[in-house]
Amino acid sequence: MSRIIKINRLKNSGFQVLGIIGTLIGLVLLAIFIGDILMDGLTRIDWDFITSLPSRFPEKSGIFTAMMGSIWILLMTAIISFPIGIGAGIYLEEYATKSRLSKILEINISNLAGVPSIIYGLLGLEVFVRILHFGSSLLSGSLTLALLILPIIIVATRESIKAVPQSIRDASYALGASKWQTIQHQVIPASFGGIMTGVILALSRAVGEAAPLIVVGALAYVPFAPKTPMDDFSVMPIQIFNWISRPQHGFIENAAAAIIILLIITFGMNAIAIYLRSRWQKRISW
Amino acid sequence: MIRKKEFVIEKFLQLSAIITILTTIGIVLVLTIEAFKFFTEVSIIDFFTKTDWTPLFSKKQYGILPLLSGTLLTSFIAILIALPIGLVIAIYLSEYAPRRVRNFVKPALELLAAVPTVVYGFFALMVVTPFLQTIIPGMSGFNSLSAGFVMGIMIIPIVSSLSEDALNAVPMSLREASYGMGSTKLQTARRVVVPAASSGIVVSVILAISRAVGETMIVAIAAGQQPRLTINPLVPVETLTTYIVQVSLGDVAHNSVEYRTIFAAGITLFMFTFALNTVSHWLKNKYRERYE
Repeated sequence: MSRIIKINRLKNSGFQVLGIIGTLIGLVLLAIFIGDILMDGLTRIDWDFITSLPSRFPEKSGIFTAMMGSIWILLMTAIISFPIGIGAGIYLEEYATKSRLSKILEINISNLAGVPSIIYGLLGLEVFVRILHFGSSLLSGSLTLALLILPIIIVATRESIKAVPQSIRDASYALGASKWQTIQHQVIPASFGGIMTGVILALSRAVGEAAPLIVVGALAYVPFAPKTPMDDFSVMPIQIFNWISRPQHGFIENAAAAIIILLIITFGMNAIAIYLRSRWQKRISW
Repeated sequence: MIRKKEFVIEKFLQLSAIITILTTIGIVLVLTIEAFKFFTEVSIIDFFTKTDWTPLFSKKQYGILPLLSGTLLTSFIAILIALPIGLVIAIYLSEYAPRRVRNFVKPALELLAAVPTVVYGFFALMVVTPFLQTIIPGMSGFNSLSAGFVMGIMIIPIVSSLSEDALNAVPMSLREASYGMGSTKLQTARRVVVPAASSGIVVSVILAISRAVGETMIVAIAAGQQPRLTINPLVPVETLTTYIVQVSLGDVAHNSVEYRTIFAAGITLFMFTFALNTVSHWLKNKYRERYE
């Protein structure tokens, strides 16, 4: 009898160890990967690498055009998705409560969140590039990415608006405020931290996307940095993909160096988002 | 004046919400129209039964099965990695770990999902494949094993975080009853908590599969570009998503059959992930309120 108990206790502690190992394994692998990248690429990063145009020779190649492309894409995607995403979130939480339209919208948004990013690329290729004749431009690319990240922004907006208690709205109405005045002066300020967290996380996803932009027709080789929204472009993930596909070792070093810069950008955005979330959670307690 | 402004604002907000519906309609229309044009030129029976996919060669064959098998093979390997690890993490976090550990580990794991997929592709090709080649000598430089493995690491947080939510939703009283009978935490987890949360765990796995099926850059970089009907994880394969990327990077004339193949591949991919997402949605709603 006592042996069985002992065995069961042993198994129990064994599983606890397994749990700790399982939790660490993914993070340890990520650390190994990043260590390897740093070894390959860190020596390659210097001011020339950041400011040089792409070239046939790996040691002369730089990340400049792709980085400018990424910055353009990031800003334009933000400008397009920000008002639409937040607007849709506000509409679903404050206006369309429990109507049939809201039910359809809700199911539809959760479905859209599960559509692979490359499918959005096919949508962008047909609608923005071909039917609307925007070409394979920054505009087509950022419209496509904006549609891709809308579900993330909408869900984040709804979650943080939900956290605003009804009593705040009632108090505002009691003072004679209209519905929009209440939303504008009470609901949005109170939920803004959470909304911004969602927007930043969504944009960090957009910065790392390559597949939909490749389908839309972003190029692997662009000789100059884009100057207007209608210009051809490349972005950092596509430049990395292109360098990985080349046989010369020098391009692998370039890819590793570009990955370091890309990871600094995405992890940086994630850190800002997490910081905003924790600050916002501390500040507001109803 | 205020009433008019209120009305305009409400309409703008409504329009924003309706854009999401237009997006869905757009996706469905674009895929069906282009796929329909494709199937006027290629027999739909050949498409689903022929075992060669060579639209870019002179002798053209349009059998989707090799692309489908490549997609399923890499996704299967990914789930083989992500399911056990993700589930162990979920059980550990919900049943064993102190609150402080959980508050630290959850966002740390989310980091795995925040890494751009092109970076994972680099890992698969430059780190995992060379390492595996030292163990398995005959392994090809492009293969589904490395791509699937790395993809599995990437989707661990999907399985672990959604499964943990499901485990947490199991009422404490069930656990207390089990402890009261003298069970250890492990016995309670295996016999009581995991079975009670099984539908939520299944949902997490389905969503992880759906993510793996639609993943593009990892397989495009590390799994190769050779459509091949095989279950051998050591040779190059091509997935639906890789094929779309391959054609997009090449020079294919608009309005040609070659151009439409990417929409045929796209609609196959879309139907697949749509079915998976619908099943998970249905399961979630069906079992949501069982313990309330």
